[in-house]
Amino acid sequence: MTVRFKLDGQEVTAKPGETIWQVAQREGTQIPHLCWLDQPGYRADGNCRACMVEIEGERTLAASCIRHPADGMTVKSAGPRVEASRKMVFELLAADMPARETGPDPEATFWKQADLAGLDHAPRYTGSRPGANGSIPADSIFRDASHPSIAVNLDACIACGLCERACREVQVNDVIGMGFRGHHARPVFDFEDPMGHSTCVACGECVQVCPTGALFEKTLMNGEATQRTIHADKSVDSVCPFCGVGCQTTVQVKDNRIVQVDGRHGPANRGKLCVKGRFGFDYVMHPDRLTKPLIRRDDAPKSSGMKLDFVDRLSVFREATWEEALDCAASGLKQIFDRDGGAAMAGFGSAKGTNEEAYLFQKLIRQGFGTNNVDHCTRLCHASSVAALMEGVGSGAVSAPFTAADDADCIMIIGARPEQNHPVAATYFKQAAKRGTKLIVMDPRRQELMRHASHPVVFKPGTDVALLNAMLNVIISENLHDEQYIQANVSGFHALSEKVKDFTPEAMEPVYGVSADTIRDLARTFARAERSIIFWGMGISQHVHGTDNSRCLIALALVTGHVGRPGTGLHPLRGQNNVQGASDAGLIPMVFPDYQPVEDPDIRARYEDAWGRPLDPRKGLTVVEIVNAIHYGQIRGMYILGENPAMSDPDQSHARAALAKLEHLVVQDIFLTETAWHADVILPASSQAEKLGTYTNSNRQVQIGRPALTPPGEARQDWELIVELARRIGLDWSYKDVPDVYAEMSALMPSLNHIGWDRIEREGSVTYPAGADDRPGSEIIFYDGFPTSDGRGKLVPADLLPPDELPDEDYPLVLTTGRMLEHWHTGAMTRRSIALNAQEPKAVVSMHPKDIGRMGFSRGQMVKVETRRGGITLTLRADRDVTQGMLFIPFCYGEAPANILTNPQLDPFGKIPEFKFCAARIVSA
Amino acid sequence: MSVRRLDPAQPASFEFSSENLDWAKQQIAKYPEGRQWAAVIPLLWRAQEQHDYWLPEPAIRYVAELLDMPYIRVYEVATFYTMFNLSPVGKYHIQLCGTTPCMLRGAEGLKAVCEKVIGPVGTTSMDGLFSWVEVECLGACVNAPMVQINNDYFEDLSPDIFESLLEKLRTGVGVKPGPQTNRQYSAPASGPRTLTTLDR
Repeated sequence: MTVRFKLDGQEVTAKPGETIWQVAQREGTQIPHLCWLDQPGYRADGNCRACMVEIEGERTLAASCIRHPADGMTVKSAGPRVEASRKMVFELLAADMPARETGPDPEATFWKQADLAGLDHAPRYTGSRPGANGSIPADSIFRDASHPSIAVNLDACIACGLCERACREVQVNDVIGMGFRGHHARPVFDFEDPMGHSTCVACGECVQVCPTGALFEKTLMNGEATQRTIHADKSVDSVCPFCGVGCQTTVQVKDNRIVQVDGRHGPANRGKLCVKGRFGFDYVMHPDRLTKPLIRRDDAPKSSGMKLDFVDRLSVFREATWEEALDCAASGLKQIFDRDGGAAMAGFGSAKGTNEEAYLFQKLIRQGFGTNNVDHCTRLCHASSVAALMEGVGSGAVSAPFTAADDADCIMIIGARPEQNHPVAATYFKQAAKRGTKLIVMDPRRQELMRHASHPVVFKPGTDVALLNAMLNVIISENLHDEQYIQANVSGFHALSEKVKDFTPEAMEPVYGVSADTIRDLARTFARAERSIIFWGMGISQHVHGTDNSRCLIALALVTGHVGRPGTGLHPLRGQNNVQGASDAGLIPMVFPDYQPVEDPDIRARYEDAWGRPLDPRKGLTVVEIVNAIHYGQIRGMYILGENPAMSDPDQSHARAALAKLEHLVVQDIFLTETAWHADVILPASSQAEKLGTYTNSNRQVQIGRPALTPPGEARQDWELIVELARRIGLDWSYKDVPDVYAEMSALMPSLNHIGWDRIEREGSVTYPAGADDRPGSEIIFYDGFPTSDGRGKLVPADLLPPDELPDEDYPLVLTTGRMLEHWHTGAMTRRSIALNAQEPKAVVSMHPKDIGRMGFSRGQMVKVETRRGGITLTLRADRDVTQGMLFIPFCYGEAPANILTNPQLDPFGKIPEFKFCAARIVSA
Repeated sequence: MSVRRLDPAQPASFEFSSENLDWAKQQIAKYPEGRQWAAVIPLLWRAQEQHDYWLPEPAIRYVAELLDMPYIRVYEVATFYTMFNLSPVGKYHIQLCGTTPCMLRGAEGLKAVCEKVIGPVGTTSMDGLFSWVEVECLGACVNAPMVQINNDYFEDLSPDIFESLLEKLRTGVGVKPGPQTNRQYSAPASGPRTLTTLDR
């Protein structure tokens, strides 16, 4: 029902749910506002009284932000009464604050809105709030600089409550609230703790919305964090360089330095960011950036145990000109290729780079060296999920975006910690749970998200198949499956139902340690919901039974028909910002771009035509297999772009020995990574903030990243370096720019049909597949069957397979690895972000406090954690999330690399190592 | 209203006595599944009673953890309501109503008694027996002026009656809550005026 009313003499129409303010905004009438924020997710509160309008026949003025118009209403947004009221409101608020020039941010929304309201004089009164009389001392309780990234100056606070709504309703963290009452009401963190000591996760949403600068980025302020000193000179729309959520950003730049990052309205983030995206940008400006090409000195032999600090780099390397370095890099590779053939060559591309770089990289390896030995870190994260998805539903990508959580009735999250690893995606899950959506969170470790869950389930590590098969058993034995959907769309149901017959929840209870009643409740909740959706992460994939785990999840969705409709689907949460895109672009040893098998002669012929040479007809080796092949002496030359296998691969000593054994290693990166220590040539490249290109996020949204900075020193664009090397090994490449590369790539990739460069540039984000140039892409796929040979989804039963290395007397604990909120993967980026590293500065192993007490340790002490592969020394942290009998170590710490410890045993299908489970012991160091 | 904040001196920990924990569980069970947060005020109240009538930070934390609530949610409640004392109070904590009806009926005189006997608003007497604050309407206007001492209302006060009431509390002489004149509850002060013709 639309409503017609009169606004300032004009007939206007309000859409359902629109407020007077929103209609006015649409009509081009500006009404000042403070506590109302015109952004999705923010409800109007109507507390600040800045947006008052006059409604004919009403005694008092009304707050337009919260007032819905009624038919026939006559509203005046201006006039002497309205203007006098607004001016008075701003004057009174200003009377409680420091003056514009002495406040934290003279450019704050408050002052712009005060200008709009026509406040043209200093307040005639003095308020009684602290700071009203001008300056307050830096050590006042109203100043809080305890947080590494955020300054709190409550003298400027007008208690509008936006920070509380940001924290509580938009990001759903519930750390900020308005404490006290009346005139004394003010934002507090937890128990009025200093922000830096509170449970704040530093998403910075409150900073982005605060209208006065009371909460503000320290990067823009003076040393005392009381006043803004930096004003950006350039603003660039881009995307976040960290995780697979793909948040769109606005990057503020001054003097070729990033000074601030804000969330922008992307389809994935809707204006939100997390701590890494907002405050972790400074890594690109770190003094350790590589700025000159380096060539290994003749007197610097390689050794697997070497360590090298950036400052000492010239003890191992010498600086070279680009010409010399590129010649040396290419000739070293070419020499091995000419002598030993393509089988001796391999390349690791990167899921951090652009689609265009990924495409060029795999093309160089395949066309230049005639081998499919090209892989990247997807092998270490979702390779098993992709293997199971390709087999079951014929597509390795997600079937629905994480924003489909909005439409779901039941959300199941297993083996993932989105609050740490996909914080912005987690906000949708938490919001859904608040609306009453059933939220099932299953993990061997506890997590904050479980507090929001209707069904929090902690189970024994490595028992996923038993647990999921038990759920399937309940669904099938209680006839909760969708017979009709199965008949029309699914094959293999009979075999599955036979397989899961023995997996009754009662029989399986001792395996995973969850009561049969709970499992029955889970299965019924999931199956009976109108729309259920499954999200999973590395806890599912990084096992020797990772593919089996994913098969069970696919079976859950297929037998219940929870796929192919809004609010349903399968979504492996992608780790890297471009792991989806890099995989799509063919950085995988078994497939060309768009997952087209290299072993299929017709497909290969098409690529041979396109690339003008015979191509390798066999699948290439995967990440861990390549490391092993180096040890056997098969692979001798490698090109590694933006990957850090020396930190990310399992059984790290073994991996580093392999890198050291290579005859010729070319590393292209922005830092002197642990991998680069073993290089013959290091090519200094560009960071994400310095390059143009497209990235594909977890939701299949292709988005554009734009350069905000110029690369430091002599560092060059990655794509140009790939082209330079290609030319030097004899390929006839001539791309004029990035869009040129995209054009060639997208012509070979049917998934990118109707998604031209111009379109991405114009729209900022386009979901594939897209049916037409002018229609949005399909967020939900599998509406009508599956892209398999027979159009049906395939159920593959999974058997119980224990983790490869079970705890025993010598190694009695289970070690699991992963990430933490503040640090990204191997830490190459975030350990060099001052803001992030200040929050998590040192290597830790987490253990349950009861275990710590039982084993006679004390929290904070140094301990040594050992497995059959090696040992590392680090600080012991008490953490109730870790269940008893387990240890957790993040793999981002170079000084105590978790992957010294991990088991390199592979899943037979996805070839993914078992990062999530190995036997370990712990002793005092 | 005076500025409220957590007391600088806090105990190391807090937990409910076993009876109070049982009681708390019963309170929590009153609310439907998923609505347990609703028990926050009764639980804070009981925690305060158990802890010498003031709420230390560990008690707020304890209640938050018992109800699985974010800390800030409990903190907001505890700092909003003046019935929760964030600092130590006297053995007899007096909440003196200063709202209009009580003021018109002589609350100012009661305040003067407090200032004389106890000290300025917000202080605790040297012997630790008394503390006082002025609060908004306690809803007993018909018996104005009045004060609340711990859990009980003392009504129809005059400065003299109030001072002798405090003296009785000090010396441990028994006192009776309710009207401190001969009045029966909120019946007319001058005796019954209606239903007077009925036989007893």
